[in-house]
Amino acid sequence: MNWIAAALLIAGALFSLLASVGILRMPDLFNRMHTTTKSGTMGVGCILIAAGVHSHDFRTGFVAVLIFIFFLLTAPVAAHMIARAAYFTGVPLWKKSVMDDLSTHKKKHPLDSES
Amino acid sequence: MSLQEIDPLPFAFSFSMIVLGISLVLGFIRLLRGPSLCDRVVAFDLLTTLGVSMIAVYVMMFEKYAELDIAMVVGLVAFLGTVALAYYTEKKRGEL
Repeated sequence: MNWIAAALLIAGALFSLLASVGILRMPDLFNRMHTTTKSGTMGVGCILIAAGVHSHDFRTGFVAVLIFIFFLLTAPVAAHMIARAAYFTGVPLWKKSVMDDLSTHKKKHPLDSES
Repeated sequence: MSLQEIDPLPFAFSFSMIVLGISLVLGFIRLLRGPSLCDRVVAFDLLTTLGVSMIAVYVMMFEKYAELDIAMVVGLVAFLGTVALAYYTEKKRGEL
């Protein structure tokens, strides 16, 4: 059990380090968000499951899995909202980006909620 | 000396705490430097995620399992903060 917990801890810490290096080195806000959301969620999930494995306790494991599921549900929502806000406030894309499907809607957004 | 007699956990605790600290510093550099407000919001999101990870490692280190609830509350508040910042950034378009 100790070996499983230690391996999950180290894997989670390395995933978190990957997310941080990504947020520092990526050229563009959307690339940064791509790195941060997925890798960060994976890192925190590994560490939480390690905490659940380490405590031989049903309640702690349940809470840890609950927090992990909560992160899995909320991280895409938060990333989507930041990306939407960034795109419509005019944050520039990277020079080498290949696709921009919303470029025709840049001025006036059809799903716009305000008047 | 077999594999059962070695305890890898103290090394794993120290290693993960140090690596998470380095990650916090790197994320904080982006929080300070970010060209736009949205970069800062993304960096803030990453910092709170790392904070939840550090709380989980602390819980394992000192075996205070009841304090895992703090991690849940921090995650909830971080999500609400991120969503609120994104919402008002989009509302205030053109004024920032």
